[in-house]
Amino acid sequence: MVEKSFTITDPAGMHARPASALVGSLSKFQSDITMEFKDKKVNLKSILGVMSLGVPSGSTVQIAADGADEAEAMETIERVLQEQGISNE
Amino acid sequence: MNRISGIAASNGIAIAKAFRLENPELTIDKKNVADTQAEIQRFGQAVNESIAELEVIKKRTAEEISDKEAAIFGAHLLVLEDPELIGPITDKINNDSVNAEFALHETSTMFVDMFEAMDNEYMKERAADVRDVTKRVLAHLLGVKIQNPSMITDEVVVIAEDLTPSDTVQLNPKYIKGFITDIGGRTSHSAILARTLEIPAVVGAKSAMSSIDNGTIVIIDGLEGEILLNPDDATLAEYKEKQTAFASQKAEWAKLKNEATLTKDGVAVELGANIGTPKDLTGVLENGGEAIGLYRTEFLYMGRDEFPTEEEQFDAYSAVLKGMENKPTVVRTLDIGGDKELSYLKLPKELNPFLGLRAIRLCLEMPDMFRTQLRALLRASVHGNLKIMFPMIATLDEFREAKAILLEEKAKLEAEGVEVSDSIEVGIMVEIPSTAVMADTFAKEVDFFSIGTNDLIQYTMAADRMNESVSYLYQPYNPAILRLVKTVIDASHKEGKWTGMCGEMAGDEIAIPILLGLGLDEFSMSASSILKARSQLSRLSKADMEGHTEHILGLATSQEVEDYVKNL
Repeated sequence: MVEKSFTITDPAGMHARPASALVGSLSKFQSDITMEFKDKKVNLKSILGVMSLGVPSGSTVQIAADGADEAEAMETIERVLQEQGISNE
Repeated sequence: MNRISGIAASNGIAIAKAFRLENPELTIDKKNVADTQAEIQRFGQAVNESIAELEVIKKRTAEEISDKEAAIFGAHLLVLEDPELIGPITDKINNDSVNAEFALHETSTMFVDMFEAMDNEYMKERAADVRDVTKRVLAHLLGVKIQNPSMITDEVVVIAEDLTPSDTVQLNPKYIKGFITDIGGRTSHSAILARTLEIPAVVGAKSAMSSIDNGTIVIIDGLEGEILLNPDDATLAEYKEKQTAFASQKAEWAKLKNEATLTKDGVAVELGANIGTPKDLTGVLENGGEAIGLYRTEFLYMGRDEFPTEEEQFDAYSAVLKGMENKPTVVRTLDIGGDKELSYLKLPKELNPFLGLRAIRLCLEMPDMFRTQLRALLRASVHGNLKIMFPMIATLDEFREAKAILLEEKAKLEAEGVEVSDSIEVGIMVEIPSTAVMADTFAKEVDFFSIGTNDLIQYTMAADRMNESVSYLYQPYNPAILRLVKTVIDASHKEGKWTGMCGEMAGDEIAIPILLGLGLDEFSMSASSILKARSQLSRLSKADMEGHTEHILGLATSQEVEDYVKNL
């Protein structure tokens, strides 16, 4: 399993557009991928799950990928978060 | 033949088949199913049909409107592929032997409730997305058709109870020949949009939805606010003639496109256009606009999930300034609040939004947002003749504060080595009576005034302009309004400044002669009204109208003013 923390820097927080881009980029992976915020963990392949966290700007989320293609999945996550300008870590 | 009357919202005659934009009621009954596998398959089929439909809508929206608007449907597609939604639904069908409609409704309701319970306006909006997507799948399950305005590819007249901003972004003027709504007034967003698109519209028609069937031949007379259903041959011929006459009058006006605006006695006035997006530039140039008297920047902020970035704004402002080729371009800073909401702004509901935290008040409350816009404007200023205007100024302190922030951002940019124009005029909207009354004081500090008549009338008459019960108080010709206008114009001229008007009134046939007499320097209106106004002004003498001013201002009622001007 790979795990990483990200700080959400977009002033509007984790809103629909970057969330859509992130979730949309993950459907091809077999690994289980989760995002955790404030003790709530959701399936990162679920747009409704991600939106339901209501992650505000400045907060930190933990993302974990577990499975055969976990490393590749995490690379994709980092790239998408950066491309979307939502996290620069 | 039937006739319905409404409010004339946009000029011209449209004759086409009616297309009802419905909001169908979808009823869900709980049923037991024996073959759950077949039910799951039926559900899968409805989801796939919805996905296929959304793909088409998304593609068409991207082609006809913009990628940004299309992104809404991208998010809807993801919801349909969401394992946390689809999984529980199939489980429910399987485990409880219930029909797909019921399982879908139960599961989606859970998400809707969850989003609605969130203490955040933006998240509450997501509940609407889930509802929207659920409705689409339900409609497929129930065999009911859901319409999307972007899918209309026949020439039609749209009939709707009301048009939301998201409906209107999907209206393609190539096919939509005109529209009729049950609710709304002359200044509602749908009415303004109709004038921008230059399609005839009647709003506030009250019974249109209940009395017009799909496919009915409809005539819209946008000038008179009349709707005729199933016209007989004679009526049809009459309106086709009117349509031709309107077109030839437009052609006549078109000849004035490249002419200067001069009155009969040779006085030059400036005719500008009001625009909402860079797309509207085409209309301004085609109609021979000499300026943009009002660029409503709030459309950059609306219909999206987040604030526009400085770059996005810079691009939009630069495009308009370049397109205007150094002609005066008045950009109004963000005017949000009141009837215009931004979901992501998460503002608390106000009891009296028109009297609340809106426009400049909001910008001063949220300086980061304001500064971003000002930076984008300042950077764009080198591409044309930019004038910056602050909306809803009530006190001189507000103007001073806003201007100080502008100057700070200008100094910062210059320190960063960014080029900024040195000849940007800074003015204010006059739409609050306190400011009109104090115009002499303001005139010493501002570079120009622009009178926003819709709000000035609303605040002077203390009558909500969205409230149909008091719409009789929307009186542009009321001497109270005219006297305020005079105060403002006189004050600006005394200090060597200029006054424009960017409300509906500036393009109004009755108001134009009065405003000319009062000495208005710039008239800004819907682009489609410019040529008509130029034609009218060429037949008016400013000296004559000045001679009538005193009498007009001494009249007692709006009706008396109207009658007097009509008989001149």
